[in-house]
Amino acid sequence: MQDLCTMVHLCYCLFLVLSPLIELKDSQIIFCTDVVSAMLIRATGQNLRLAYLRSLESLDLVKQIEVSGDIAALIYLCNPFTIVACVGLSTSPIENMAVILCLYGACSRLIPLAAFGWVIATHLSLYPAILIIPVIFLLGCGPDSPPRKLFLQRHQQKEVLNQSKLPPRFSWGPVIHFAFWAFLWSVYVLVLCGISLKQFGGLWEMFKSTYGFILTVEDLSPNIGVLWYFFAEVFEFFRNFFLIVFHVNILFMILPLAIRLRHRPCYLAFVYVAICSMLKSYPSVGDSALYLGLLGWFVNELADMQFSLFLFCGYVGVSLLSPVMHNLWIWRGTGNANFYFATAMVYACLQIVLVVEGVSAMLNHDRKLRNLITGKPQDAKS
Amino acid sequence: MALLRRPLLLLLLIVTHQFLQFRIAFGSVNEEGLKQEEFYEELLLKPFPDRKLLTHFHFQSSAPPSTSNGHHHHLFPKAISQLVLKFQVKEMELSFTQGRWNYESWGGFDPIPSSNAKPPGVELWAVFDAPQHLIDALWKNLTHTLSGLFCASINFLESSTAYSAPEWSFPPASGKLRYGTLPREAVCTENLTPWLKLLPCRDKAGISMLLDRPSIYRGFYHSQRLHLISTGSCSEGMDPGIILEQTLTVVLQPDSQRASLAHASEKHIQPRWSLSSIFGKRISGRCVLAETSNVYFLLDRGLVAELEHIHKENVLISEKFWTNPSFELSAKPDRIFIEESRLLSKNASVLYKFEIEKYSESEPFDLGLFWKTPVVWLCQQAPLHASRFLMGSGNERGAIAISLKSTQSSEAFMGSNSNDERCELRVDVFQVVPWYVKVYFHSLQVFVDQQPKAVSDIIEKIHVSPSKDKVSPGVMELVLTLPCSVSSAVLTIEFDKGFLHIDEYPPDANQGFDIPSAIVSFPNFHARMVFLENDSLNKSPLLSKFQEKSPVMSYTEVLLVPLTTPDFSMPYNVITITCTVFALYFGSLLNALRRRVAEEERFLKDKAAKKMGRIPLLLTKLFAKLRGRHLEGPQAPPASSSFINSKSVLKVILIAGLAACWQYYFS
Repeated sequence: MQDLCTMVHLCYCLFLVLSPLIELKDSQIIFCTDVVSAMLIRATGQNLRLAYLRSLESLDLVKQIEVSGDIAALIYLCNPFTIVACVGLSTSPIENMAVILCLYGACSRLIPLAAFGWVIATHLSLYPAILIIPVIFLLGCGPDSPPRKLFLQRHQQKEVLNQSKLPPRFSWGPVIHFAFWAFLWSVYVLVLCGISLKQFGGLWEMFKSTYGFILTVEDLSPNIGVLWYFFAEVFEFFRNFFLIVFHVNILFMILPLAIRLRHRPCYLAFVYVAICSMLKSYPSVGDSALYLGLLGWFVNELADMQFSLFLFCGYVGVSLLSPVMHNLWIWRGTGNANFYFATAMVYACLQIVLVVEGVSAMLNHDRKLRNLITGKPQDAKS
Repeated sequence: MALLRRPLLLLLLIVTHQFLQFRIAFGSVNEEGLKQEEFYEELLLKPFPDRKLLTHFHFQSSAPPSTSNGHHHHLFPKAISQLVLKFQVKEMELSFTQGRWNYESWGGFDPIPSSNAKPPGVELWAVFDAPQHLIDALWKNLTHTLSGLFCASINFLESSTAYSAPEWSFPPASGKLRYGTLPREAVCTENLTPWLKLLPCRDKAGISMLLDRPSIYRGFYHSQRLHLISTGSCSEGMDPGIILEQTLTVVLQPDSQRASLAHASEKHIQPRWSLSSIFGKRISGRCVLAETSNVYFLLDRGLVAELEHIHKENVLISEKFWTNPSFELSAKPDRIFIEESRLLSKNASVLYKFEIEKYSESEPFDLGLFWKTPVVWLCQQAPLHASRFLMGSGNERGAIAISLKSTQSSEAFMGSNSNDERCELRVDVFQVVPWYVKVYFHSLQVFVDQQPKAVSDIIEKIHVSPSKDKVSPGVMELVLTLPCSVSSAVLTIEFDKGFLHIDEYPPDANQGFDIPSAIVSFPNFHARMVFLENDSLNKSPLLSKFQEKSPVMSYTEVLLVPLTTPDFSMPYNVITITCTVFALYFGSLLNALRRRVAEEERFLKDKAAKKMGRIPLLLTKLFAKLRGRHLEGPQAPPASSSFINSKSVLKVILIAGLAACWQYYFS
């Protein structure tokens, strides 16, 4: 649909690999990547569930807290956004698979795979570069668990400090291992690109027309984000200022989120992915499909998230209204750009509410765990 | 010492000055011995089958190569020679056109349409005699200069999105050519006046006296053209020789009112006209500076054949030719030329020549034509008639189609041109598309006689340079080889419409954007007319122009592409709304992340307020901050109930609102 516009500026290498295949079977490849992504999500979900169960056992909270498995894969596959991206032959499923590959590798401690996923995801769409922080946390301290502080308190209460039941401290070994592999893969990818792009101006030209194209929002074709209209309307002399502001908005939130959610690296990765898909220069429904799929990992933790019905209705409404407005404006000429922009605006607001409520729900969940441990009566709003 | 040196210097100066003067004098003598600056003025009149009349003014001034220290010109316009010198122009053509040449009824094969039918608006191309890296800068300066010289917005061709560098499809093929068009440029008298200023007699004497502005701009088509070639290399201080050719082609309809008043039987007769009835003026003598000053009246092949067919004899070149049974000329021609027919058909154009020298103020020249019998004929057509149109609806994508239809007359050429069976017709297509029309060159499809054909079968050579957003336009050059028996061929190519920044839209954005004309040329066919000329002394540039071997060229229509427009009144709203949303994101996420701190502090304050006084409260606050929050963490009570309160207030308001609505609707 609307997300096809970013295709042209994807890396040349991808096209080199895909073009003979695409001629053979069009949507088969995209479909297969979606299925593989779903399987990886499921495997990661199982992984997370086991790890979380283990850490809950050590806190003796298994009875109170439920943990469920592979709903995320189902959410990913049955999401209409995924289906639309697949049918529309968008390349975002390929980018999504790279991101999921990275998280899967980090969760199951396959460090070369994680590094490969991270390098490819960064190479394809630049924004997943910030996933390096959750990946480092994942490799350093293992998958999501309640805050480490709780374990210490628990053991203080019992007055036995069983080291084996504590979650491991941050270990630098795997991180250095990851850095080494990431370096290796990126050199490999760059060399391959350099060889294939020798006659077209080399690597610098590639950086300019892929990352440069992403960072300086040059293409003003309508998509489901808000930046295209903003940069179509903004005065030329403010353009650079706003480009910096919007991209720094992503970077500014990295640190606070990393501090507050460091014990839950997978959730941190989800939040980062959601923020990126909200603030990126050319968002598409495929990006929303990814973070909505990842949301399935945390169904139990986010069970008492506020506004979930409102968000669901909002998503349904926007995904119905937005094509209608697009059609009215572009195809029939009866509508106005503002109608379509309004739906994009609502969509951005919905994503903001989702991220903010998701983060606060997760923090509340931690609070709830703490209250369970300290034996305080649980309050609905704590 | 200084005193001594000064006279020496003076002496040196005087000597060199003398020497220089001598050289100049010598040079000028030499020059006069060789060549002079020359000026020719000519006018060609030709009736068209659809009751219209072509008037083609042709002025040529030439400056021979001269030494560079003599920047003085007698006849040649100084502005042009300076321009050629400064920008190292080798060849240049600038045309201002209003209206569209009707290839179907005005013909497309003669030298006049193939070199004077131009696309609407401004077309400029120039070949530079400079190193490759300087050419773009020279082009930019040239456009600005021409813009000032001709009071037109040619300077818009300066931006790299507006011009292109065709590789080989444009006639003087070289890498040093730049080509640009402005289809929407309005052409009017303010462009004609500077153009006339380049003539030595302006419009005060000679043939240019006829240029009466209202009657020119009332015409169906007018195109003023300026073509210059600099000959000779500019080496060793010699200025290049320049030939400047200025033409004005106007298609007029002679007194249509009178024709409608005439009774029915006369309706089929071609209208009678005279120079004074068309232009409201007569030629009172020649421009004294002109070498030759002639008026020609051309009857084209089709018309001559038709007349001969009617009268069964060669009346046109008989003794009393100007009053023959078909038509009557009001003036006696001085000479008759008959075209040297190269084709097997014996049809040949006939050209009557009138010399203006014989006429004067007291006896002005006025040529009139009076038709006696109705005549119907066809002008000679190009082998294929090219037209172009848009396909698709909506503002997201579309397709350009170039259709080539064979004309009836083409079969005759085919038969004569090729004797073998594998006869092929070569067609060159040159198309420039602006960057906001994003053409997908892979989607090029070819249909020959309504049958889809493989692109590689038809297209012999292709050169494509894809457009870059806001940098350069897309250029497509094709060489097609079609079978001679082709009746129609269609090329289609798909495109996506781009979205522009609000400042990039022209003032009337909803009108749409113009895609410049495509150029379709037939390199195997040459528009050429050779007239038997006895006297080489009195040669005419117009006739020698006719004899040049130039390929037949035609321009397609300009396309109007509507593009989607944003709301032009919205910039402030969009900026504020978007920024609000981003501020909402930033603020609320940060708030969610640091909420625990606030809660704990509030709790701390509550507890402290109960137990202690004011100063210890502050101290504890400070301590709590310094020591970190985790110590108090476990004691943190459930959060304050303010949120619940606000929520219950909200609920109450909501219920009240619902109740009010209920009341309103059901009462």
